[in-house]
Amino acid sequence: MNFVSNMSNFARSKGDPKVLSAGPSSLGLADRMARALGWFSIGLGAAELVAPRMLTRALGMEGRERLVRAYGLREIGAGVVSLSASKEAGLWSRVAGDALDIATVLPATRRDNPKRHAAGLTLALLAGVALIDFVAAQAATSRYSRGNARRSYRDRSGFPRGLHAARGAARDSETPTDMLQTPVQVEALVKETTVSSRPHGGETSGREGSSSPPYPPEIP
Amino acid sequence: MRALVWHGKEDIRCDTVSDPEIEDPRDAIIKVTSCAICGSDLHLFHNFIPAMLPGDIMGHETMGEVVEVGEAVNGALKRGDRVVIPFTIICGECDQCKAGNFSVCQRTNRNKKLADKVFGHTTAGLFGYTHLTGGYPGGQAEYLRVPFADATHIKVPDGIPDEKLLFLSDIFPTGWQAAAQADIQPTDTVAIWGCGPVGQMAIRSAVLLGAEQVIAIDRIPERLEMAEAGGAITINFENESVVERLNDLTGGEGPHKCIDCIGMESHVMPSQPDTVLDRAKQMIGLETDRPHVLREMIYVCRPAGTISIPGVYGGFDDKIPMGQLMNKGLTIRTGQTHVNRWSSDLLRRIEEEQIDPSFVVTHKVPLEQGPEMYKVFRDKQDGCVKVMLTP
Repeated sequence: MNFVSNMSNFARSKGDPKVLSAGPSSLGLADRMARALGWFSIGLGAAELVAPRMLTRALGMEGRERLVRAYGLREIGAGVVSLSASKEAGLWSRVAGDALDIATVLPATRRDNPKRHAAGLTLALLAGVALIDFVAAQAATSRYSRGNARRSYRDRSGFPRGLHAARGAARDSETPTDMLQTPVQVEALVKETTVSSRPHGGETSGREGSSSPPYPPEIP
Repeated sequence: MRALVWHGKEDIRCDTVSDPEIEDPRDAIIKVTSCAICGSDLHLFHNFIPAMLPGDIMGHETMGEVVEVGEAVNGALKRGDRVVIPFTIICGECDQCKAGNFSVCQRTNRNKKLADKVFGHTTAGLFGYTHLTGGYPGGQAEYLRVPFADATHIKVPDGIPDEKLLFLSDIFPTGWQAAAQADIQPTDTVAIWGCGPVGQMAIRSAVLLGAEQVIAIDRIPERLEMAEAGGAITINFENESVVERLNDLTGGEGPHKCIDCIGMESHVMPSQPDTVLDRAKQMIGLETDRPHVLREMIYVCRPAGTISIPGVYGGFDDKIPMGQLMNKGLTIRTGQTHVNRWSSDLLRRIEEEQIDPSFVVTHKVPLEQGPEMYKVFRDKQDGCVKVMLTP
């Protein structure tokens, strides 16, 4: 499959490496199943949205077009999620959707429905798809789970001389002036402003260091 | 040569590709001895950052030996030199480089017009990080062409293993800058969201810079344990309220400095409904990022505090509480790392054994296992914190 990567060589310069032969992909079977089912879901959902009457007529379920359209939206949603990084959620929502579909089609297999054979065939297909969805969802969930194995990193401080020696060891490092939180020249201004802006003229009358009443006064 | 190549969403392959060639007199070619998978590579893996094309080589954390130099490298490098390659490509001559703002070098993005349109003004070229930043092939490969090589390198001595030096390329200076731009004072409580590799480096940087209290927030037990080993008090956000605990630890006043080492892909869980909404909007293209951490930091940060954002964001974020930010008078400092601003100081600290960045390596595998390791790293399987690759 070098064709696609070769097509993009227009964006590369003479000295840039070009793909000669592709190796094995990070995409596994679970990923490919999720993609196939995702696109199938979107296609099926689009058909249910666009042509619900065709489906209801085939199954002898006339009058339920609105429901079929709603299921179409659901299928498209599940498809989008299955194609995303959260594919497990998408696949499990497909499994739930399959159960809903089966429950919806099941009554159409009753004896008084002239289209009951088509409904029966649809039910069999739905069961097959549900099984595939379930297998795919299981595979994706187990593929992407963190697993139960636990490692211990208690001994990984990163400080060869120990944590205690590390604390503040880089205080000699000067913060660049463009990263200082409070520029030095402002400090003096702040001190000056704080002293002169005390209420009652700023005179402390021997009350230096003692607590003053709160200003503004608190509302009782 | 072999290289890890992007072929689409979640599709990384170890391909055979042609060798890189010198195309400019300022180029050099290095033989890669070690490289790594970065957390920000996962944004490309998920195709959350636009402008990747099938055939692009991944990777921006690389070190190796110089094997070929262009004629204008002018003695800055010679064959046999051992170098770490910063993820930012710099010219060393433009106004931004002269000001030390290397990650926004104005000359090295060869797709400047595209970047100007998307960002307003271009930023530096980056290795292996989409055509928005120049489309340069990355360093998860056997060889790497280094443009502007006379400026874009960090010479390192022999005798120190690659594991200790490789992270001078990105995550160590990134964590350091995250802490430095918070201007940590000895009385500060610093809260750090994310205990991935950058978070771990930020924790240790904050400890070295003398914060009174460092608090680390995550949900993965191994990562929290590693954070604790580095001197942090830990919060598992799956078990308790981050805001309540941070307020408890700070006498109700909130941390002085907050550092976002998560970025655009906040964990999605029903107990944080904004993350579910963000995820749903991402799926239908109404939002590019999931900025839960940003919202939480703005809420809990002490008034007049500082928010430092090394975490990568891609595009457009909704529901950012600008009212809280403005009324509390918070300072935001952010940006890609100006790697070369910090590299000499950090190399010295490694040589003096103040810090050993190799603590963060949990998996070291051959390059061929790279595609599988993207998933292991993404899903944090087998206690994975940082993957190092050897071609």
